[in-house]
Formats: sequence, C-alpha cells, structure tokens
Amino acid sequence: MVLDAGWAVKWLTLCAQAMAEHRVELIELDRAIGDSDHGENMDRGFQAVLAKLGESTPETPGAALKMTAMTLMSKVGGAAGPLYGTAFLRAATAVGDAAEIEPSTWADALAAARDGIVARGKAEPGDKTMVDAWTPAVDAARAAADGGSADLLGVLVAAAEAAEAGAVATDPLIARKGRASYLGERSAGHRDPGAVSSALILRAAVGAAA
Amino acid sequence: MKKLINDPRSVVEEAVQGFGLAYAELVTVSEDPTYITRKDAPVAGKVGLVSGGGSGHEPLHAGYVGKGMLDAAVPGAVFTSPTPDQILPATEAVNSGAGVVHIVKNYTGDVLNFETAAELAEAEGISVRTVLVNDDVAVEDSLYTAGRRGVGGTVLVEKIAGAAAERGDDLDAVAAVAEKVNANVRTMGVALSACTVPHAGTPSFDLADDEIEIGIGIHGEPGRHKIPMENADSITNRLLEPVLADLGITAGDKVLLFVNGMGGTPLSELYIVYRRAVQVLAEAGATVERSLVGNYITALEMQGCSITVLRLDDQMTELWDAPVHTAALRWGM
Repeated sequence: MVLDAGWAVKWLTLCAQAMAEHRVELIELDRAIGDSDHGENMDRGFQAVLAKLGESTPETPGAALKMTAMTLMSKVGGAAGPLYGTAFLRAATAVGDAAEIEPSTWADALAAARDGIVARGKAEPGDKTMVDAWTPAVDAARAAADGGSADLLGVLVAAAEAAEAGAVATDPLIARKGRASYLGERSAGHRDPGAVSSALILRAAVGAAA
Repeated sequence: MKKLINDPRSVVEEAVQGFGLAYAELVTVSEDPTYITRKDAPVAGKVGLVSGGGSGHEPLHAGYVGKGMLDAAVPGAVFTSPTPDQILPATEAVNSGAGVVHIVKNYTGDVLNFETAAELAEAEGISVRTVLVNDDVAVEDSLYTAGRRGVGGTVLVEKIAGAAAERGDDLDAVAAVAEKVNANVRTMGVALSACTVPHAGTPSFDLADDEIEIGIGIHGEPGRHKIPMENADSITNRLLEPVLADLGITAGDKVLLFVNGMGGTPLSELYIVYRRAVQVLAEAGATVERSLVGNYITALEMQGCSITVLRLDDQMTELWDAPVHTAALRWGM
C-alpha cells in the first residue's frame, strides 16, 4: 500500500461519504453549542470536492489536497471553510509534488495543517475546537513515524485514533474560541463538532489505505 | 417544522431571487456567486460599502442595499458566513477606485472569510478597510471568548457609514465614522422562543413555555442564561441595564434608541418595550433624540427582541438623518 494519488482520491471520496453519513450528528452537536450548520456545511463542501474529482483526476496527492483546499474555502463558509481550506492548503505544500507520501511526510503534513488552523483561528489546545483533535493526531503520527515500529497504515491509524480521543476529550472543556465560546460554562458537557469532523477526516484516511 | 419553503437547500437562492424581483428598481442580483449590488454600482468617486453574513437575518443585509447605505450585500447559507468567492466579486463590483469598506459582524466565520476576500482584493489593487461590529454586551468575558458579537448595532453602522460614503467622504473618513458608531453602540437581546434552521428542522435550542433566554445573539444560539418568564417592563429593565452600564450613559447624553424584533414578535410588543426603555433612559437623564422600532436584524422566526442604544453626537445625528432609499429603510428621498 502506498499513499499515492489514487489513495488521495479514495480518501476524499470516503470523507464525502462520512460527512453525508454524519451530517445529522454534526448538526445536532452544533445545535447544542453553536448554530446548527456544521453538518450541512461540511456535507455541501465535500460533495463539491466529489464533483471536482469527477471533472478531473489529480496526478499527485498534493494536487488532490490543493484542489480540496480551494473547494472547501469557496463552498463551506462559516469558520470551518477557511479553517479546513487552510489546513488542506498547508498539507498540500508539505507533501509537495511527490508521487507518494512517506510516513514521516504524513506527520509533517498533519503538523502543517494543524499550524495553519492555529494561525487562522488563533485557538490553542484546550479551547474546545478542532485544534483539540489535530494536536494529539500530529503528536501520535510523529511518534509512530519516528519510532519506526509502525508501518504506513500504523501511522494513519495512530493519527485517527488520537484525533477521535481528542474529540471525546473536548466534552468537559469550556469553549474559548468560536461560537460555542458565547456560552461560557454552558458549553461544558458537549462535544465540539469541529473536532468530530476533523476525526472523521483522519479516520477516512485510514479507510482509504486499508 | 412548518415553513413557507420549497426545499430547505434552496431557501437562500429562492429568497434572493424573490428579493431581486421585488426591488428590481433598487438592486441587481448576481446568482452565482450570490451577491446583491445597488442598481447604479459602482458609483463614480464614491467609497463602496460591502456587508454580508449568514442568511436568516432579513432584512439584513440585502434590505439595506441602495442609495445612502450599502453598495453590496453578500448572503451566505442560513446562519453561515458567505465565502471569499462571493465577497471578492461583490467588492470588485462596487469599487469605483475610491476603495471599499467591509462591514463585518464579529463572528469567527465572517471574520475569516472577509479577511481572505480583503487580502485577495488588496492583491488586485483595491484598497479595503474592514470595520468589525461587536456591540453585544451579553458576551461578558472577551478574553475567553471569540469576542463580542455584532448584532443590532450593525444596522446603525451601515446607515451612518452609508450616509458618509454617499456624501463623498473618503475611505479613511468612512471607516472612521463606522468605527465611531461601533464604539458608541451597545445591544442586548432576549428570546421567548428558539428558531428553526430550515436544513436542521428542529428548534435551535430548548426553551420551556415559561422560560426565556437572556443575552441571545442572532443565530438561535443559546444566550447568557435562562430565567423564568417576566413581564415586558422587567425584561426591558434587564436588557437595558447592562447596555447603559457598558456605554457609561450619564445625564445629558443624547441617544438613538433601537428596539429590534427577532422575527416572530408583533410590533405592538416592541412598542411596549420601547415605551419602558424611554422611561429607563429618562431616569438615567438621557434624551432619546432618534428612534427605530421594528424587525431590522432578525433570527428567522424567533420570538424576542434586542435593545440597542447609540450615544449620538452631531455628526452621527446628521448622517442618520441623511436621505436613504433601500428596501427596508427609506426616508428623505
């Protein structure tokens, strides 16, 4: 198994499937502490990515990531559009023109994506945002890639599992960024929708490689 | 959910089409990407004023496109900010060379999308100034939040900055007067019921029959806290107190009092709130010099209202009184 353009296309296709399947769940999470639009916006954005993939096939993983960035930025709206757009754009830059992504490059790409999200959204770990899924994912991917014990799939799995755990760990947090922050303490006891959609994206990366 | 719609996914598209047909003499509608410009845009030598944000707040923003107010409005999906690929062409369409002011309500999504569009416009050689509106006193601790939201004050910023642009003020002057309005305006809102986003299909928060939500924004998000239902005078006191305290209203101040309906409250109830608000301001020694009462920045069919107070000076009063001709505000022409 290699992380080539074919894998990237499958990954993005699985992302679109995941957003459609979890659309209502994301809307419900957002209803509790936001404004009920996250699932709708992510579904619309990845359906647009799917449509782009139907028009032309990217030749490298980097090209697929860049196309995704531009599409999400122009179709999603809200905070998620610019944040995910920046994340995919930074990841695209990190993987460059390479035909295949190496394990350590995947960790670099995730770190670049996370740094992009932080730069645009100004959120820190613990603010109850998607950063709380991305940061543990970056750390886990880095550790797995550097440790050398994990194969390519192992690195993808480590990132996805860490993102999922990170999303669950947002439950007790009090939001300090984004729309949930208006609720203050009332935001505790709810899971951050952006962290959940981030984990879905990283889980789809595993599915595409399996 | 009962709504006068055809398909939850085409609500914005069809509403914008209808708006364009109803006000064809005032505006031009671009459907893809979606934005609305005043009929005679770009107006030679005039600073362009662009605002936008999620849909569901009608008449904001499209209802304020026209002479003496906005040059363009950019509607996103319901309660979702528009995207840079809408904001940029709207900015281009109203740029006469005198530059463009973006009036942005302070929400993370709106800020990020307008920021990106402004960067792209600057790269094309268009001078853009961004004015953030953040008048909502319900958001208390700004260090630990995304900052105060832009709510009722937005309408006043758009009217007054629009008048400044219409009379020929330059880019810096228009941005400065918009900043001045924002610095002198505060708002607090209440919901008696939640609203239902069409594609979500269920009310945006749960509220019992005998409860109200104090400190709401305009997106059906829950507010500062829930309390048992009270009468109109008590609710008015409760909303106005933090507004006046935050503005530091003192005896002799002249103000514009704006009682806004959230979409599902009859005007008669807004007048009852207005009546009490005037009494409270009089007790504080302030004089209500100008007023606005009605549904001007809404949250779909939410029941409730917001109270906005703007501390006036001669410049702002003169610009408020200047002629305006838009779908939702019209006087003097």
